[in-house]
Amino acid sequence: MPPAVEARGVTKTYRLSHEQQSYLSFREALTGLFRRRPAEVEEFFALRDVSFSVEPGDAVGIIGKNGAGKSTLLKILSRITPPTAGSITVRGRIASLLEVGTGFHGELTGRENIFLNGSILGMQRREIRAQFDAIVDFSGAERFLDTPLKHFSSGMQLRLAFAVAAFLDPEILVIDEVLAVGDAEFQRKCMGKMETVSRSGRTILFVSHNMTAVQSLCRKCVFLERGAVKLFSNDVAHVINSYLTDAESSTGPWWQGDGSERTSPYFTARAFGVVDAGGRPLSGAIDRRGEYWVEIQGEIAELHPALTVGYALYAEDGTLLYWSYQTDGGAGREPALRKGKNVLRSRLPDHLLNEGTYRLELIAGLHFIEWLFEPNTDVPRVHLELRGVPSDSPYWLERRPGLMAPRIDWTAE
Amino acid sequence: MISEIRPPSRFSLGLDDLWNYRELFYFFAWRDVKLKYKHTSLGIAWAVLQPLLLMLAFTLFFGGRMREETDLPYPVFAFTGLLLWGVFAAGLAGAGNSMVSNAHIIRKIYFPRLIIPVSSVIVALFDFLMALPLLAVLLLWYGLVPRAAAPAYFASGLLLATAATLGLGCWMGALSVKYRDFRYVLPFVVQLLLFVTPVIYPATYVKARWVQLLLALNPMTGAMGLFRGMLSAAAVDWRVTAISAASAGVLFAVGVWYFRRTEAYFADLA
Repeated sequence: MPPAVEARGVTKTYRLSHEQQSYLSFREALTGLFRRRPAEVEEFFALRDVSFSVEPGDAVGIIGKNGAGKSTLLKILSRITPPTAGSITVRGRIASLLEVGTGFHGELTGRENIFLNGSILGMQRREIRAQFDAIVDFSGAERFLDTPLKHFSSGMQLRLAFAVAAFLDPEILVIDEVLAVGDAEFQRKCMGKMETVSRSGRTILFVSHNMTAVQSLCRKCVFLERGAVKLFSNDVAHVINSYLTDAESSTGPWWQGDGSERTSPYFTARAFGVVDAGGRPLSGAIDRRGEYWVEIQGEIAELHPALTVGYALYAEDGTLLYWSYQTDGGAGREPALRKGKNVLRSRLPDHLLNEGTYRLELIAGLHFIEWLFEPNTDVPRVHLELRGVPSDSPYWLERRPGLMAPRIDWTAE
Repeated sequence: MISEIRPPSRFSLGLDDLWNYRELFYFFAWRDVKLKYKHTSLGIAWAVLQPLLLMLAFTLFFGGRMREETDLPYPVFAFTGLLLWGVFAAGLAGAGNSMVSNAHIIRKIYFPRLIIPVSSVIVALFDFLMALPLLAVLLLWYGLVPRAAAPAYFASGLLLATAATLGLGCWMGALSVKYRDFRYVLPFVVQLLLFVTPVIYPATYVKARWVQLLLALNPMTGAMGLFRGMLSAAAVDWRVTAISAASAGVLFAVGVWYFRRTEAYFADLA
């Protein structure tokens, strides 16, 4: 039997204009016509020569870090955006679920949304009619069928959306992390449905950050890294493991000065990064449950009473989470700095961060006088990639919504 | 069923794809009609009230002055004009905005993008149909009898207007994905075009022949003539009609061509 999906040399490049704008104003296009030098444009390879083939009935997981090209590959498979080069042959009716409830409109009733969403997903009207009762039944929304969707709870909207998607009957199904939303019960329902679909001989391509889901559902796994296929194998456990232990983790969790850095008599940074409980610099991604310390090494030629040294922690999207300084403990509790080499350590708070990549910057200054290392400028910075269970709750096996995932105690009366 | 996903190569109309997704035309148009009249206490009646109120206003202000200029009673003249103008104005505004307002769908799922602006024009045609009975009432009131060839004039006038609306609407829709400026330019242009289209004054109001022929480049000029031709033979100037028809044809071809040529990248830009 010929492969159900056969990708050959799929490449996608985006042009990055350095004006950081995806769309243009007409004026800029007009003035661009008369400009001698074209605006500086950089080619960015979202996918580079990606080839793989999927047999009919296979369930294939696609994994990789954010920015590795997973979403781009999904979009190309779904025909939302075309490849720049290469081609994919698809044998069979293909449907893609990049989100559930595409086209849902709050002003329309449940009934109307079922028809609209179904037809956007590619179902024929008679198919929707034939399965209408089953869809409604599955969603558990009978009572609200003629109520505008905006009056539904968000959980109910999600169930209705998933119910429509569940009755899609394609030969090849492309799914994005639809499972990343919704409550635990809903996630179980989704997984159950996908297993049924997979067992019925349908071909599934499944993109996820959830390694547990990939492991239980998929029989093959593609590991994308910087737009290229790093690994593609039947040994799903092996691919997942090599992804998790991948040494090449953004800029890494350790910065080492090479003598070319800015110097100041008050403080000169020598090294900065995250170390484990034994003081060893980390490499690669780490499990969020461990004990980790931020370490700052620097030299002081002249002691200044207003010197503050610390770090700034940013979430993946650049949001500042907090600053922390060696002076935070207050008088008497702050570590003493001395002339010469200093090594400062500060324990990262437990059970605070979510799964994901965080950025740490070394910041320092003479308080209210001047910055020595000003945040968000060219200062020593490291990336910390946290993976693994983001909570002790049995209901959250993957990244939680929000910038942080603190463990907060609960009691009952 | 084998399909091939590859870089967009030569231009193709993709008619087979449009056919596969034909039901979506209906669903998008149906959605937009539903949303348009939801929460309005008068509902669909607005489709009738809008041209009616405009007609009354124009009759009040221009009716007297235009009495000598039109061979139809001015209210009938204005109403026929406003009916057809509604298709153009609402269709163009809807289609021009449609790609941006449906960006969230475009980013998440594939279907031939042409369906979106075309559905907006269908919505405008729906309003037109809803207001049509009022035209019949007006004709009865004034005791006007359509000419024998009226259906042909009616259909060709409407066809010309629809082709121009579709062409320009697709073009503006595609352009506004890339250049958001067009969202602001469009309402202004539609307003401006009203003054160079014989909606509330007859095409013969301007006496100089060369100006008449120049104005015929606006496809709605010819469309108005043909449409009113169902009531009065004098309304149709064949040379003007030919120029307008050619112009509508060019607009349609260029608009749809530009749309199809750029649609593959809408999801990257939207």
